[in-house]
Amino acid sequence: MIHLSEAPIPVVAPGSADGAFALLWLVIALPLAGAAVLLLLGRRADAWGHLLGTATAVGSFVVSLVLFVSLLGRDEGERQVAQHLWQWISVGRLDVGLDLLYDPLSALFLLLITGVGSLIHVYSIGYMSHDPRRRRFFAYLNLFVAAMLVLVLAENYLVLFLGWEGVGLASYLLIGFWQHKHSAAAAAKKAFVINRVGDIGLSLGIALMFVTFGSTSFTVISALASGASQATLTTLGVLLLLGACGKSAQVPLQAWLLDAMEGPTPVSALIHAATMVTAGVYLVCRSNFVFERAPDAQTVVVVVATVTLLWGAAIGCAKDDIKKALAGSTMSQIGYMMLGAGLGVAGYAFAIFHLITHGFFKANMFLGAGSVMHGTDDDVDMRHYGALRGAMPVTFLTFAMGYLAIIGFPGFSGFWSKDKIIETALADSWVVGLCALLGAGVTGFYMTRLMLMTFLGEQRWRPGVHPHESPRVMTGPLVALAALSVLGGVLLAGDWIVDWLAPVVGTAPEEHPPIPALAVTAIAVLVVAAGVALAWRLVGQRPIPDVAPTQVSALTRAARADLYGDAINEALVIGPGRRLVRGVVVADDRAVDGVLTGGPGLVGGIGLLLRRVQNGYVRSYAASVLGGSVVVLVALLVVNLA
Amino acid sequence: MEPAAFVKPTIEYAQLWPVFLVFGVACVGVLLEAFLPRGRRAVPQLALAVAGLVAALIGTVVVASRSGVLPGGQARGRITAEGSIAVDGPTLFFWGLILVFALGGALLFAERRLDGGVSAFSGQAAALPGSDAERRTQHLEQTEVFPLLMFAVGGMLLFPASNDLLMMFVALEVLSLPLYLLCGLARRRRLLSQEAAMKYFLLGAFSSAFFLYGVALVYGFSGTMTFAGIDQAVRNDAGNRVLLLLGIGLLSVGLLFKVGAVPFQSWTPDVYQGAPTAVTAFMSAGTKIAAFGAILRLYYVAFGADPSMWQPMLWIVAIASMVVGAVLAVVQTDVKRMLAYSSIAHTGFLLTGVLGAQSLTDLAPGQVTSVQAVLFYLATYGCAMLGAFALVSLVRDASGEASSTARWVGLGRRSPLVAGVFAFFLLSMAGIPLTAGFVGKWAVFTVALSAGAWPVVVVAIGSSIVAVFFYVRQIRLMFFTEPVGEVATVTRPSALTSATIAVGLAGTVVLGLVPGPVLDLAAHAGQFIR
Repeated sequence: MIHLSEAPIPVVAPGSADGAFALLWLVIALPLAGAAVLLLLGRRADAWGHLLGTATAVGSFVVSLVLFVSLLGRDEGERQVAQHLWQWISVGRLDVGLDLLYDPLSALFLLLITGVGSLIHVYSIGYMSHDPRRRRFFAYLNLFVAAMLVLVLAENYLVLFLGWEGVGLASYLLIGFWQHKHSAAAAAKKAFVINRVGDIGLSLGIALMFVTFGSTSFTVISALASGASQATLTTLGVLLLLGACGKSAQVPLQAWLLDAMEGPTPVSALIHAATMVTAGVYLVCRSNFVFERAPDAQTVVVVVATVTLLWGAAIGCAKDDIKKALAGSTMSQIGYMMLGAGLGVAGYAFAIFHLITHGFFKANMFLGAGSVMHGTDDDVDMRHYGALRGAMPVTFLTFAMGYLAIIGFPGFSGFWSKDKIIETALADSWVVGLCALLGAGVTGFYMTRLMLMTFLGEQRWRPGVHPHESPRVMTGPLVALAALSVLGGVLLAGDWIVDWLAPVVGTAPEEHPPIPALAVTAIAVLVVAAGVALAWRLVGQRPIPDVAPTQVSALTRAARADLYGDAINEALVIGPGRRLVRGVVVADDRAVDGVLTGGPGLVGGIGLLLRRVQNGYVRSYAASVLGGSVVVLVALLVVNLA
Repeated sequence: MEPAAFVKPTIEYAQLWPVFLVFGVACVGVLLEAFLPRGRRAVPQLALAVAGLVAALIGTVVVASRSGVLPGGQARGRITAEGSIAVDGPTLFFWGLILVFALGGALLFAERRLDGGVSAFSGQAAALPGSDAERRTQHLEQTEVFPLLMFAVGGMLLFPASNDLLMMFVALEVLSLPLYLLCGLARRRRLLSQEAAMKYFLLGAFSSAFFLYGVALVYGFSGTMTFAGIDQAVRNDAGNRVLLLLGIGLLSVGLLFKVGAVPFQSWTPDVYQGAPTAVTAFMSAGTKIAAFGAILRLYYVAFGADPSMWQPMLWIVAIASMVVGAVLAVVQTDVKRMLAYSSIAHTGFLLTGVLGAQSLTDLAPGQVTSVQAVLFYLATYGCAMLGAFALVSLVRDASGEASSTARWVGLGRRSPLVAGVFAFFLLSMAGIPLTAGFVGKWAVFTVALSAGAWPVVVVAIGSSIVAVFFYVRQIRLMFFTEPVGEVATVTRPSALTSATIAVGLAGTVVLGLVPGPVLDLAAHAGQFIR
């Protein structure tokens, strides 16, 4: 299984932000200012709000690009830059500053967030053109981009937490954007609540860091982590993982992601596919100085990731809602990333690599799905599609590029990134490796099913629906993302991304895998081909029923019900929680609270008041004080004398 | 036998004059009531109270700047009044906080624009609700509230400073009695208000009796009333331990009742809801600050030699307070009750700080101490509570204040400023990063973790996340929900209420963005002295 690596774990030791790097704050400030202007000006900005929102995102991308080029120009040892914006807390020797850290890892994220973000902003101009609240939508998108940038640029966990909460807020606002739909409001609430559970982990982790290291700065903790006890580091790792599970929809906190598809499709593409849901992977990779010293925590990461990648894949197979099928697939792909991150030094770079390529092809496919919905009057049921390739040629072709990338067709971006993770997993443990291989096969199956049901086969359009291609403002971003989906693999050319990330995540020692890499690749391609062929036989060669058949296997039924994720939550968490609340309320009502809550007290005279007093409500209050006193006394005596 | 010679007690007026000043102003206020005609009392009473509070605040600063650091460098100040009052760093910090919030309270008391030119207090407290007498006195003003306020403030100043059990009991009563009265004086919803006052009084008296019995038992154990003497007795283990434990328990009942900790919280929602909102605003901040001062001093100074005696009990109380406060706040349908339950949860968070690591040997260098954490938390809590309740008094409909949550729906559309500021206070109470509440929570959680109280911290973080839920629900209600049926509107307040809200808002913003100076000041206050 996993061993403590012999290679040294890199320490964060940034230099000061001079030259072009002085612009670092601007990356965040631009979209933040955009959000502020759009929200504060209100209706006055309706006419041009979407343009401003897009402009700030593009501006942020340009700055990111300048920064990236500057970073490329530096020596490998000097590619960490910190910018101190403002001293937040300074007491005694304790310092918490609003500090930014720009290094190879955050550089890649900056490009991904602002690049894909800009494309999605452009796309949204078309997609949301009929929505009366389009300006507000762009304000929220800008807010999200700013918060996400804070998250990946933070130099300490407290600032990271600020961004973490910020993206949570933006996600909440955007999932519930169409608040007139009851389901959207409910989905927003569900995402919010489940994410709070993850936040418990992250907050506790941060508190533990304060107590252990007296700081939350990456610089300090990466330097001091070797001195902390094994138990502390393992606890820290598990707490951070809990946070990551909430944000990245990993089992057991996965249930919110499918419901989150209630948000507008560009939101699903940007937040729930390309960027925010990958924040958990970022957190684990960023905290490599903790996980590398806590092998038990790494094992937990691997287990969670493996379960999730199969879990998501199973859900993806059974959904008829195109967005939910894609959401299941997202869950599964993030499982792959998490798996890479859990494998330690050997896997961090590939986790990030897969994260980036996934950002390209999944955003591409979500936007493609949005384009399909745009052409079919917002129908999401794939059983009502079929043969759309003729009506929407651009959407079909770009979607096909994303499809080939995600199943890992040789040469496409997803092929390189997923293959590397499977390879590393096999080298680590054959059980995990086989699960990852199986997942790849299932991916081939559900994506082919999606393709067949949507673009090929018979027309099953609803009466009155006339599918048509989307306007250029929407297909443009699709083409760009399709190109990236095809070409994303170049990042691996000459092991570039591995070397690039080495200053952050370390260098893996040379390993000799049990099976040659080429053989693994060949097997993976065969497994995927089997999945595709199976889908072709089961879906492509049979007529697709108009309504989902009910006489299906237990597995299909389970997958349709999200593998009973909600039922499990209900049984294990919500039910007991509700009983606890009811218990507390009843106890409070009966023994303590009396009945006075307003209304009745207003009628009647003082006699009523007196009667009430004599009726014993105060007496029951007093009894509760007495009971409380007994509890306090017993607690004192038992603890001290027992 | 020679009769013992009478020794004139020495009173250190140089240290104590802010307290005397407050009591003096209260007495002058009573005289004003006697000699000024009814219609002309309001303005002089307010001016007198404000002047007295401001002067006492200045006095506190002066006394603080003159207080000498004691050998060892970890504490400052001196014991005064024959050992019964300790004017040390924490005391002075508590005085400053109490006086600032009392000033806000005084301004809120004087607000007359909200209810058509009369104050929120009943014209004649003795008039039966719905009777002729009440109708006849409707236009009258009850200006006795200002002397009552000043007496309560005086008691609050003495409470955290008291250095022996008797002084602590006297301070407890002096601060409580005027509050019982103030709670029953609401002009609108008299019955609710009188019932609240009645409950508060009966239960308060009940818990005072517990406290008094605790005093007797601890005296029986140690043979002394002074905290220094009790500390010696605890160190020497010089007496019947059961007596001591029972004494600690009964004293705790009295104090935990005042801060509204579970299982002594039952009065809080009813009283917060029933009392005039200005009184609620004042006492939610002031009483809690004063009582936590007393709790810290009692546990740290008198029983600090062996914290393992009382810490497990406080663990239970803290956990219960946070869980009950957060869970019950979720099911409330009234803004004032929601804030009351949230204040119960805050009591739990504060207790988490109290059971944190206090001695510098348990802490990493530069880490905050538990006294510092609790002081800072109280400052953030006071600002947010005072401001939030002041805002509640602005949201009204035809029958007066509309505190039912249903009436608040869509308030953000109609009055974005009021709803926005209220939302900001809620976010601070929830402890969202970059607000004051976050720094406060962070401080108390880390000191508790340093003391090894991680189960309490786990519950604390869990319940603060439950709390986020109902705060955010309220915000969503104000901004994102379509109003159905009758809704409340915001009445424009006079400068008095606006100033109070502005102070609360400024405090919350500043403590959130630059908490350093106040944390430093709390660190500067140092430790308690014996």
